[in-house]
Amino acid sequence: MSSEKPFIDVRHAAKSFGALEVLKDINLQVHKGQIVAIIGPSGSGKSTLLRAINELDPLSGGEIWLEDMQINKKLPPRQYEKHINKVRQDIGMVFQHFNLFPHLTVRHNITLGPTMLKGMSKGEADKLAEEQLAHVGLSERIDYYPSQLSGGQKQRVAIARALAMKPKVMLFDEATSALDPELVEEVNLVMKRLAEEHMTMIIVTHEMAFAESVCDRVLFMDEGVVVEEGPPEVIFKNPVNERTQNFLRKHLNG
Amino acid sequence: MGLDFSVVPGFLDSILIGALWTIAITLSSAAISFFGGIFFAVISLYGHWVIRLPFRAFAFLFMGTPLLLQLFLIYFGLIQIGIDLPAFVAGIIGLGLHFAVYNSDIIKAGILAVDKGQHEGARTIGLSKGQTLRKIIVPQAVRNVVPPIGNNMIALLKDSALVSVIGVTELTLSAQLAISQTYRAFEFYVAVAVCYYIINLCLEYSLHLIERRIQISR
Ligand SMILES: Nc1ncnc2c1ncn2[C@@H]1O[C@H](COP(=O)(O)OP(=O)(O)OP(=O)(O)O)[C@@H](O)[C@H]1O
Ligand SMILES: [Mg+2]
Repeated sequence: MSSEKPFIDVRHAAKSFGALEVLKDINLQVHKGQIVAIIGPSGSGKSTLLRAINELDPLSGGEIWLEDMQINKKLPPRQYEKHINKVRQDIGMVFQHFNLFPHLTVRHNITLGPTMLKGMSKGEADKLAEEQLAHVGLSERIDYYPSQLSGGQKQRVAIARALAMKPKVMLFDEATSALDPELVEEVNLVMKRLAEEHMTMIIVTHEMAFAESVCDRVLFMDEGVVVEEGPPEVIFKNPVNERTQNFLRKHLNG
Repeated sequence: MGLDFSVVPGFLDSILIGALWTIAITLSSAAISFFGGIFFAVISLYGHWVIRLPFRAFAFLFMGTPLLLQLFLIYFGLIQIGIDLPAFVAGIIGLGLHFAVYNSDIIKAGILAVDKGQHEGARTIGLSKGQTLRKIIVPQAVRNVVPPIGNNMIALLKDSALVSVIGVTELTLSAQLAISQTYRAFEFYVAVAVCYYIINLCLEYSLHLIERRIQISR
């Protein structure tokens, strides 16, 4: 496994917003089929790191690679736009607030990308939408508008929308934080299912129990650095670093 | 000379034809003002300054001068530089562009009000900036501003009377023509006022239906 080239390779990532250094020399390798959880206090840079991977917030320094392709290549604007749109098709992202398109039905939320970007016919895309919705258990909602769905359903549609692009990697930024507690489980189940299917995933989460149960590796971030990383049994049961211990004490008891 | 509405039915044909012209002018210039408004809004938000600055001057001209003058300019003025437009065409271009400039300000605000997450959601799928605008941002922006755009459409209907001065035989001019034959100003003005009112009601009702339909998709 370690001899293989990493799927996602973040090298010496740095990011500042003005004078504020949000990421400081972050390194992260994710291999194919691996599931990495990122935990850490609010403001530690977790979202920023995730958003850097698909260039929503481009890095100020360092490199990000997806297999053999550098994601954050310096290119002239027009070429860059083409390059990044291509890259993003390979990286699915799920947000805390779903970001479904409210003016489109569930069906069209899902088929938009495949028809516009992959040249899929309407019929093929419809079939794909049906498959993806069945996968997240929402077949009967295909012609609803997002405003007619619960938060948990919205998030499952958002996951189906991302999966319809057949991404190589899925990024989750606190996918369940905006949900009512009783709706968290249905989304977690979908993510667990993806894990069983060996989807490569990077999951930012505040849910320690969930992270422990699905991921292969945990990163604890604080103030823009990776303080500690390792397998979940080690990080959650026997963390070495004092900051990790303090953070977990608060979160596991809270 | 008392009032005598019995003269009106004799001119019903020409008044109805006038009403049809008014409707045609309103609908065509409403379409121009709507799509033009979107176009101008996108230019003024995202256009290169080479396009944006001339547009700004153009918008300033259309907002800062009387519509009547703009109609004169388009109909009588453009002939001198070889552009000879039929009155109807000059009328809908004038009305359409005038209201497009007003609509563009509203749509611009609508675009800026669309949640940032919508751009991010679209871009993470891999849509380009242009595709994101076209498929995601503008359709939502437009939905958000249906009421104020609707108000502009109603204003447009009323201002369509101005094209009578360049000789389009719409409602107002058809009243004038009837009056010039009968000298019954009050009766015919009231008759066409009723027509405007009815058209207005239909317009408002359609806008209401549109608003209801899009409620679910916002
Ligand atoms: N666009 C931006 N402009 C300026 N500062 C920003 C921007 N985005 C994030 N920051 C700052 O960067 C720091 C890290 O933010 P980030 O959102 O990555 O934290 P996080 O670990 O995801 O926190 P949370 O758990 O609350 O989501 C914060 O101090 C935040 O205020
Ligand atoms: Mg965050």
